[in-house]
Amino acid sequence: MATTTTTTTATTTTTMKGGKVTGLGEVTGVAEANGVATPHVLAVDDSSVDRALIAGVLRSSKYRVTAVDSGKKALELLDLEPNVNMIITDYCMPEMTGYDLLKKVKESSELREIPVAIMSSEKVKAREDSCMKEGAVAFLKKPVQRNEVWSLCHRWLR
Amino acid sequence: MEVSRLQRRYIDFISALFHEGFLDSQFTELQHLQDESNPDFVSEVASLFFEDSERLLNELSRTLDQQTVDFKKIDAHVHQLKGSSASIGAQRVKNVCLTFRSCCDENNLEGCLGCLQQVKQECYLVKNKLDALFRLEQQILATGGVVPIMSKD
Repeated sequence: MATTTTTTTATTTTTMKGGKVTGLGEVTGVAEANGVATPHVLAVDDSSVDRALIAGVLRSSKYRVTAVDSGKKALELLDLEPNVNMIITDYCMPEMTGYDLLKKVKESSELREIPVAIMSSEKVKAREDSCMKEGAVAFLKKPVQRNEVWSLCHRWLR
Repeated sequence: MEVSRLQRRYIDFISALFHEGFLDSQFTELQHLQDESNPDFVSEVASLFFEDSERLLNELSRTLDQQTVDFKKIDAHVHQLKGSSASIGAQRVKNVCLTFRSCCDENNLEGCLGCLQQVKQECYLVKNKLDALFRLEQQILATGGVVPIMSKD
């Protein structure tokens, strides 16, 4: 069984498949298994605890995860590596909220097809409605549960 | 047998933590994410929480010490602390944060100062409890045993 294993957690430098160093986020997971690319999920959260949690949930499903701490870094990474299959972002972040990030992704011709899910510690209907209207595929209440994330990824990552 | 004794002690200890409200089902959720490829997942996430909470508590102390108290800023910090405590299942910390936010909404300085002391105390207590729990886990593993995982129900 041929597998390609990426580096595991590295807080400041990241070696992507193809040897590209981004220095942007923490990457965990296997890039390929049996010649098939593993889905790559970008997790965005300014909380180190929540980044670790969402990365843990995604990793348990064998997805490749890159975790960054801001919308700005997420966009920088998407610019360097557009092969992201899904974005899961916190709503409430300083400078650029998850909603702002969602809008930027949906406004981009290169990125708009990437499914974006929003996580929030507060399930505010107006907030949820505006995210879904803007094209989010899900609005998850934090702390996110494994089964919710698994259902989401199973639906959107084929 | 030593392993069984330690495992029973572990079960009693963690059961008490749930019963006394220190932990909730989210902690069990974290335990389920721990496996051979990430054997220290729970303790790593807990460490991140305690680093984060120390930073936030210091910020809160500083902000509450100002001549003019910025309740919005305090609320933002408490919101963060509430979120991260909920994420690791530190229920008592989370509950104090809920009260703390109400005091912020009311611009209640005395209430906020009381909540700050309380949340510091709860963070200190849960840290000590989790440190003891992780030490027990290491003892079980050192004797060749498996750490029991509580069901969520």
